[in-house]
Amino acid sequence: MSELLTNGTVWALLGVALAVSLSGCGSAYGVGIAGQAAAGVVTEDPGKFAKVLIMQLLPGTQGIYGLLVAFVTLSRIGILGGTQPDVVTGLLTLAACLPIAIVGLVSGIHQGKTSAAAIGIVAKKPDQFAKAMLFPAMVETYAILALLISIIAIFSI
Amino acid sequence: MSVLQMQRINLCALKKNRKAILERLQETGAVEVDIRLEDDSGYVCEDVTSLRMTFEKNVRTADRALEVLQQYVPEKKGMLDSLAGKPLVDKDSFEKVVSCKESYLQKAETVIELDKQIMAQRANIQRLQNQIESMIPWQGLSVPLNYSGTRKTSVFIGTLPGVRSLESVYGIFAKDDSDTEAVDAEIVFQDKDFTYLAVICLKKDAQKVEEALRTAGFARPAQMSDKMPGECSEDFRQEIEISKSEIERLQKEIEQLAPERQNFKWLSDYFRMRADKYEVLGKLPQTKNTFVLSGYIPAVDGQKIKDELSQKYEAVVELEDIQEEEEAPVLLKNNHFAQAGEGVLASFGLPAKGEIDPTCIMTVFYVFLFGLMLSDAAYGLIVALACGFLLKKYPRMEENMRKSIRLFFFCGLSTLFWGIMFGGYFGDAVNVISRTFFGHEVSIPALWFVPLNEPMRMLLWSVIFGLIHMYTGLAIKAYMCIRDHRYADALCDVGFWFLLLTGLVLMLIPSSIFASMFQIEVVFPEVVNTLSKAMAVIGAVGIVLMSGRAKKNKWGLRIALGAYDLYNITGWLSDALSYSRLLALGLATGVIASVFNQMGSMLGGGIVGAVIFIIVFLIGHTFNLAINLLGAYVHTCRLQYVEFFGKFYEGGGKAFHPFRSNTKYVDIKEETRA
Repeated sequence: MSELLTNGTVWALLGVALAVSLSGCGSAYGVGIAGQAAAGVVTEDPGKFAKVLIMQLLPGTQGIYGLLVAFVTLSRIGILGGTQPDVVTGLLTLAACLPIAIVGLVSGIHQGKTSAAAIGIVAKKPDQFAKAMLFPAMVETYAILALLISIIAIFSI
Repeated sequence: MSVLQMQRINLCALKKNRKAILERLQETGAVEVDIRLEDDSGYVCEDVTSLRMTFEKNVRTADRALEVLQQYVPEKKGMLDSLAGKPLVDKDSFEKVVSCKESYLQKAETVIELDKQIMAQRANIQRLQNQIESMIPWQGLSVPLNYSGTRKTSVFIGTLPGVRSLESVYGIFAKDDSDTEAVDAEIVFQDKDFTYLAVICLKKDAQKVEEALRTAGFARPAQMSDKMPGECSEDFRQEIEISKSEIERLQKEIEQLAPERQNFKWLSDYFRMRADKYEVLGKLPQTKNTFVLSGYIPAVDGQKIKDELSQKYEAVVELEDIQEEEEAPVLLKNNHFAQAGEGVLASFGLPAKGEIDPTCIMTVFYVFLFGLMLSDAAYGLIVALACGFLLKKYPRMEENMRKSIRLFFFCGLSTLFWGIMFGGYFGDAVNVISRTFFGHEVSIPALWFVPLNEPMRMLLWSVIFGLIHMYTGLAIKAYMCIRDHRYADALCDVGFWFLLLTGLVLMLIPSSIFASMFQIEVVFPEVVNTLSKAMAVIGAVGIVLMSGRAKKNKWGLRIALGAYDLYNITGWLSDALSYSRLLALGLATGVIASVFNQMGSMLGGGIVGAVIFIIVFLIGHTFNLAINLLGAYVHTCRLQYVEFFGKFYEGGGKAFHPFRSNTKYVDIKEETRA
């Protein structure tokens, strides 16, 4: 057991897993909520399919950011490349993965809700598409900031 | 480049020329009708509502006929055909079709009528099928459903609610007095809701039996017929067959009318134009022999239209400048490149009165930032080629669509440029392919640097690009203030901020935080350091003192407002950091592309490996391109709308809606006039 705890790769991989799965959950939830709203709009007016699909995809980026961090990490901890980390580096890597994991989860959910509301705008006023798109994009800012810190931290370890 | 100068056109002419003038105006499409009369006594508006309604009804007829045709004889359409735009027809052939509009309208009505008949037949089939359905339980009955008995006996046929055994049915009669012995009941059929019964009794008991049945909830069948249930179903089936063949015949008839499709389209457009014309006509103030028209016209067209109308149609036309308090509609005029961004601007809002048209500057930044976010040479090339192909293939594409596609064409070129700068070609595909399949790694070096290897450097540049972007916005605000001679505003709202921000940036650069973050040691001469501090202090003091200048001499409030405004410095900080999305999205494209490359190459070289690689490569990169195109589009828009426009632009102008030939299916070529 103690061998496991002193193995840096274990900690680093835990970080990778958290980054991908939490942000993925956030996105899945967000895209799901937005998708329900989008499906409702399309039943009424199939012509709005492309517009609402774009709206639905907006909360999907958190999952991609999580993947991005996970992949960069994997390529530095001796799994897809790089060297095996010692326990300190492993723990540092875990910490570096946390911002995108946590913010990805929460912002994904909220961006999904905002997207669903924005889909409501598209349903009633299709010409206001660009403005509607802006509201979910606002939420995403914080996922981007978290991604930034995660990436910079991993590169600097 | 600019918002077109509008003028007001006022026109007075003889009624006999009314039709010709309106038609000419509709053809040129240069005037937005906007009637304003200071004194409207003596004028009347002609009531043309009923005529207009007729035209609109005809439009609907033609459109409905087209819909029906599309339903039964679908017109083959490719996926991209919606980009093709409206075909151009010359006026003569259009007139020819219009001259027999009555007969075409008749045909359109025929199509609709045929469709109605088909609907009726379908409803009939449905009804018959329901009846067959309701006959199913009675199939075991060997008398017709309306059979009421013989000379001495009465028969009751019908249902009782619920599942009942024969005993419980007899129980119903037993409850009554005992003299109704001569009753015989038969259960014909049972399902979970009903028991289907046939009851026979002597005529003299009929009333009592019926009474007893009714209390138990007896109901006669909905379908009465004097035929055996089996025969009945057979009849219904035959009727269905007849209806079906009738539908087929009707469909054939509709198919024969399919060649009229084009005529219906033209007809629809013709009536649409007439309805528009009559809408305008209904607004015109008229006297017995004259009428008046007033509206907005772009100043560049003014003189030409004025000359033409006054010479050809004996109209009195005057042009005047828009009055101070009036808000004229907005029409943008831009060069070929900047036109591409008009759609992005219009989604935010057209320039309001007194604002300049920022399209050109915005489009430059749009293309620049979009390229930075996507930043992959191969993707850029694909986007540019695809858009270029569409633009070439569909020269008559609808105007707004054409502008957007042209914008993406430029964005593609910019992406190509940044891809070469950052060394991204399908991510790291060149390295992966050469390593996996040819044994030695080849890479195309980045012309500038690789953001993935030096993220902090890219972050620094992202913020620098952001500062340039936002400074430009601030400069435009200063320009607008100076243009309107509001020098105090220019100094207080722009000048002080400019000083403060520049001072702060200059103070930050030589600091140790900066050096440790970006590994760049910058040492400014002492003079610059002093200067930057002075700038920041002057800026800050200026803002505190002057932001609340509207409050004049209430100094307490004024300082408080100024201090609050100074707090906006955090807004600037977050705006600048917001540009870090340039780094994040750029990295996302590159890293996800590498993920797919790596996945594809996992089976190693050889034929199988190559096949798998190609499959993964195609699917993966299509997905990556799509998702990152979306991301780049959304976030470039955001940077424009929030960070850039937030500095100087509000929008809210009203678009110019000229009175013109607003067609749906075809464009009519204007006659070349001598």
